[in-house]
Amino acid sequence: MTEELTRPKKKNPILRTRLPTLPPGARSRVALGLTAAAAEGRFALQSCRDCGAIQYPPREACQECLSLRLSWKKQTTTGELLAQTVLHHSNDLFFRERLPWRLGLVKLDCGPTVVAHLHSGIADAPVRVHVSARLDRAGQAVIVATPDKESTMAEDRQMREFTCDPKFRKVLVTDGKSPLGQALINSLAKAGADLIWVGHSEPWKKFPGFDELKKIPQVTLIPLDVTDSKSVRELAAEIGGKVDILVNNAEFHRAFGIVNRAGVETARAEMDVNYFGLLRLAQEFGPAMRARGADGQAGAVAWVNLLSIYALANFPSHGTYSASKAAAHSLAQCLRAEMRPAGVRVVNLFPGPIDDEWNQLLEPPKLSPENLARAAVNALRDGIEDVYPGDVAQEWLERWRDNPKALEKELSS
Amino acid sequence: MRKNYEGVAVAVPVTVPYVRYSIRAAHWWLARAVSELLKISKLKKEQLDGLSVSSFTLAPDSAVGLTQHLGLSPRWLDHLPYGGASGVVALRRAARAVQAGDAEVVACIAGDTNHVDSFRLTLANFSQFARDAVYPYGAGGPNASFAFLTAYYMRTYGATREDFGKLCVAQRANALKFPHALFKKPLTLEEYLVARPIADPLHLYDCVMPCAGAEAFLVMTVEKAESLNLKFAKLLGTIERHNAFPTDPIQMRGGWALDRDELYAQAGLAPQDMDFLQTYDDYPVISLMQLEDLGFCAKGEAPDFIRSHTFTTDGDFPLNTSGGQLSVGQAGAAGGYLGLVEAIRQLTGQAGERQVKDARAGLVSGFGMINFDRGLSSGAAIFAKL
Repeated sequence: MTEELTRPKKKNPILRTRLPTLPPGARSRVALGLTAAAAEGRFALQSCRDCGAIQYPPREACQECLSLRLSWKKQTTTGELLAQTVLHHSNDLFFRERLPWRLGLVKLDCGPTVVAHLHSGIADAPVRVHVSARLDRAGQAVIVATPDKESTMAEDRQMREFTCDPKFRKVLVTDGKSPLGQALINSLAKAGADLIWVGHSEPWKKFPGFDELKKIPQVTLIPLDVTDSKSVRELAAEIGGKVDILVNNAEFHRAFGIVNRAGVETARAEMDVNYFGLLRLAQEFGPAMRARGADGQAGAVAWVNLLSIYALANFPSHGTYSASKAAAHSLAQCLRAEMRPAGVRVVNLFPGPIDDEWNQLLEPPKLSPENLARAAVNALRDGIEDVYPGDVAQEWLERWRDNPKALEKELSS
Repeated sequence: MRKNYEGVAVAVPVTVPYVRYSIRAAHWWLARAVSELLKISKLKKEQLDGLSVSSFTLAPDSAVGLTQHLGLSPRWLDHLPYGGASGVVALRRAARAVQAGDAEVVACIAGDTNHVDSFRLTLANFSQFARDAVYPYGAGGPNASFAFLTAYYMRTYGATREDFGKLCVAQRANALKFPHALFKKPLTLEEYLVARPIADPLHLYDCVMPCAGAEAFLVMTVEKAESLNLKFAKLLGTIERHNAFPTDPIQMRGGWALDRDELYAQAGLAPQDMDFLQTYDDYPVISLMQLEDLGFCAKGEAPDFIRSHTFTTDGDFPLNTSGGQLSVGQAGAAGGYLGLVEAIRQLTGQAGERQVKDARAGLVSGFGMINFDRGLSSGAAIFAKL
């Protein structure tokens, strides 16, 4: 039933580019719990802390015991498709452009009945299905049902709307010099990216790994210095209207905090790359990508930022770096809001220490560039927007969510 | 044991002729309904001391705003947001008000306007659950919800499109004798079957057409009706229920199944005593559920029931004798009044050429509010000829 993803036809420049539309994005505040979990790739439903009842749609109180003590808990992801329909009519522009659209009513094994988007590989009801929560183009969670856990999202016409799969897409990676940049390029090439523009800030120099990069057929090296407004502007003028996925991995990282360093030059350099670099890229590439949110099967879909788990809480031994990542995180939230009308997803990566030069003195575990690159590509495929890859990031996140003040004290000792 | 409904009369059936689209506000439609009630009953505005209002498109006003809009000063006022169950619920509340003497004459009115864009706006914000958990899934509106119920019913109980079609075709025949019906052309089973798909397995003629219009009737005591020289029908019994069977994974029954024994006990009648039935019919599958849950046949036997009966006004089981919403149109909350108003006509000899011969008792059923995956409100009432 699934249709293989085929290479999109070359664009006819004379034809009008369709403007992006979004699925209905209004949600009550309580329903955003589904979105919060889906943003990290989890399927969670409201569960009562007093009687244990699991409920959906989200409510302000437990429908069994009226307790107000509700929390979002990870649930089993299986159920039975009770009934299905194929819509041939919709009241909404987004769906109207995508008819026919298949939907189902699924009785979850954990209790509630849910309405879900159906993968075309699912047989007629009654049949067992796998469910998950995904972000749609409006950035809000929806429940989708697939034949099983391993079903390919991108190869289904409807499911593709919830993913940003790099296959057949044109990608800009802003820094090809770092080990992470090279790992990202390899992962994207392996995932079937059509074209990968790779920025290097000092084009007159040959960097380690340069020859290997040149061997990857999709790669084109291009000069790009994110601290130079002119450089960013010129590149955007050249390829801005073609980039489907922008991966901003350029970063400047030095250790130390405040008292062990004299002057502001290092901190300024960190801000110039990590914060202003993102701002320059966003100002130059953002408008073009926003205009191409519905540009056929391979329109602009995603913007990936390399942040850091230190963006959540300052890590004093890398204090100024943490501050620049916190600034970038805040700016990325602004970018997410501004890209939303086009349905372009902003994916933020919050890794713990990467196993590279500037984290030399940090104790393991450290995240290998390859694992981080794989997490980034998986996030694009699965429609995740906040990625906390690796054990350190997961642990920091848990400590931060549990008690941010405690984490601050722990990090300062 | 709850008090019976003895001594309650329903009178003055009013339909404000429907149109597909209207540039007027809901207030205009409700004003016409009140004005028709007064004209026919020859009552003065001051004599309407009770008012019950149902409307989806009256916002930002509610019933109380409408009193000032229309210059009414009722001492008893209700605003009932029950969609397709509004008619029966309004009747129940009004009946108790006149029994208790809180009001002498209650005008029950329901109506909605339909601008070109109003249906879409109503759907997008119909309920919190719809906004959070249904509308983002294709924005199919009630078509999608009823497609699930229809598909499940067909698979479970063996109903076919021909079964649903038979009801639609019969109701169209009834509608051709109802001057206010928006559908004026006969419908054949062939046309029903080949109509374009809307939300599988629903096709065009399975779906009601949203329109603008209003319906109304008066509730008062039998003595009052007699003193006003009004033709009236007697209320024998009535039930309502909300969110029945919440743990059913999918809706295959409504609240009627919980309360029907009490309904027939109040009336002192049985299903076979009914000379006609007015179901809530926004989609045919719901009529099948009502046939079962109101005891005309057992659960799952409605397809056989349809195959062995005829449903026109001259048939052996007159159903939705004015054409139902499927052939008259769905004027918002007035859809929940259509069958009730028609029942009053049938029992007061005002049904013209669609008069069911010797109709002495009839049952009216209401169903409404697809809040998430199912209709939450159900109600029914039995009326008898004087």
